[in-house]
Amino acid sequence: MKRYSLPDLENIATHIRQDIITMLVRAGSGHSAGPLGMADVFTALYFSVLKYDPRRPLWPDRDRLVLSCGHIAPVLYATLAHAGFYAKKELRTLRQLGSPLQGHPHVGELPGVENSGGPLGQGLSQAVGMALAGVMDKKSYQVYCVMSDGEHQEGQTWEAILFAGKHKLAQLTALVDRNNIQIDGFVEDVMPLEPLRKKYEAFNWHVLEVDGHNIQQVIEACQTARAITEKPVVILCHTVPGRGVDFMEYKFEWHGKPPSKREATVALEEIRRVRTLDGKIVSEHE
Amino acid sequence: MYLATNIFSKKISLVPPRNGYGSGLVCAGKVSPNVVVLCADLSESTRSQAFQKTFPSRFIEVGVAEQNMAGIAAGLALSGKIPFISSYAVFSPGRNWDQIRVSICYSNTNVKIGGAHAGISVGPDGATHQALEDIALMRVLPNMTVLCPADALETEKAVIAASKMNGPVYIRFGREPVPVITTSHSPFRIGKAQIVKQGTDVTVVACGSMVYEALIAARALSPKLSVEVVNNHTVKPLDIGTLSRSVSKTRALVTAEEHQKAGGMGSAVLEALGAKLAVPAEQVGVNDTFGESGKPPELMKKYGLSSDDIVRAIMKVGKRKR
Repeated sequence: MKRYSLPDLENIATHIRQDIITMLVRAGSGHSAGPLGMADVFTALYFSVLKYDPRRPLWPDRDRLVLSCGHIAPVLYATLAHAGFYAKKELRTLRQLGSPLQGHPHVGELPGVENSGGPLGQGLSQAVGMALAGVMDKKSYQVYCVMSDGEHQEGQTWEAILFAGKHKLAQLTALVDRNNIQIDGFVEDVMPLEPLRKKYEAFNWHVLEVDGHNIQQVIEACQTARAITEKPVVILCHTVPGRGVDFMEYKFEWHGKPPSKREATVALEEIRRVRTLDGKIVSEHE
Repeated sequence: MYLATNIFSKKISLVPPRNGYGSGLVCAGKVSPNVVVLCADLSESTRSQAFQKTFPSRFIEVGVAEQNMAGIAAGLALSGKIPFISSYAVFSPGRNWDQIRVSICYSNTNVKIGGAHAGISVGPDGATHQALEDIALMRVLPNMTVLCPADALETEKAVIAASKMNGPVYIRFGREPVPVITTSHSPFRIGKAQIVKQGTDVTVVACGSMVYEALIAARALSPKLSVEVVNNHTVKPLDIGTLSRSVSKTRALVTAEEHQKAGGMGSAVLEALGAKLAVPAEQVGVNDTFGESGKPPELMKKYGLSSDDIVRAIMKVGKRKR
């Protein structure tokens, strides 16, 4: 697989953010904050961490990425297109009748999509199942599960955390989008999760924490996770919802709506400025 | 062809259908190394223990967590395994319907769901443990196949057949010993209803334990009325051809199941035939109520699920026919 430099990766993340905005404004519905917030994590995963071949999406030895919080589908779709699973022009069909880019992902419709998801809390169990199958078949693939922080309010999530801890499923790496927003407000107001690190540790997981906008940190954490063979690992990715678009950042109101055409123009300009190095994301990587 | 010769003898063997689930899993496991079995803390009661003993490395205990069990099974299936998830029907598919809907049916993953202790005949455990809604819950899901075998032998065949077809399957079976009315030679094909007794006056379409009750009812009415009995073990997809041919011939229909009338097997049959055939019809089933503790035969009688209830329903449609 091609090795990308850090500036290359940052550039890819910027393109993914632009695509997210373009897709959402065209679709006229969908989620903005989560996809923008996770663009750097997805870039790290698909352009440095995951082992896959876009020409053979069902290659049995590939690493799997299970998206549990299906509502951030735009970041998955845009990333998969950039990774070469399908043409970027497909992105224009998001949420339209007959499109394989369903509002929430549907496995089998699009190459690279590993699971159906939307109703929260269902992804980690499926990732556990994939990891178990890998253990049974003596495969060396790794299963990554991207989860939202809000979906830790679902009981099933904890059932799966309990199970993976018992089985010491080191083939499983969870990445939590710790952006502290959900539909009705801030996660810590709606139903607090803290101390989240201690909760995972109590369930026999190894916990890493990263700045979810520091691509280098995300990559290094995934490498550490892969090197840990006695426990499942969760990477708490501290992210800013709506990252890259000033008027969306930190605002739970942007969880579930798309930008208008006018807002999109402003958003694209802000994202572009970030890329041209006069924005605010860059300094963290220097 | 379909039935044992001694079905009305006192010597007929009584076997819990769940035993057929256990032996079926072992057979399926021998046929395919991809068959794996998951259980939610009920391996003895569901008889999945038989598989655990034969294939310990392919048995997964998930604890009391049916939602997680359904999700893990979906992940295993997405990786080429053929998972069977095992629990009481009130918990799976009762507790984990959303997981079955999205992770299993929408994804069309190759997961099989064994719903044990189905029906009111669970008995003394009471209403909480008597699954009377599970057929309705499962048959409404696209991509799902729903099986309700008549006895232990047929349950075993249903498990083996489910393991060989691709896609989600729900298999419902009871706890109590019921007469083994089929034989090891009786054919079983998913989607193919069986006319287990021929008749000309009334068609009784039954599934599960009610097939035997229907046969008793048919015998009780003979020779006054000639009753045709259909073992409709596949609730979805329905064998509309066999059913409509039988009902076109008899011009009267009774359905019988150990389930709520609403949304169950009978409801499915009436939906399918309603548009085609205007014939008198009656449903034998539970009438929009919960069960209670009691001995299985007492409950079957109190909740209208005995052969006498089928006889009454046959008489009713017989009268309306004239």
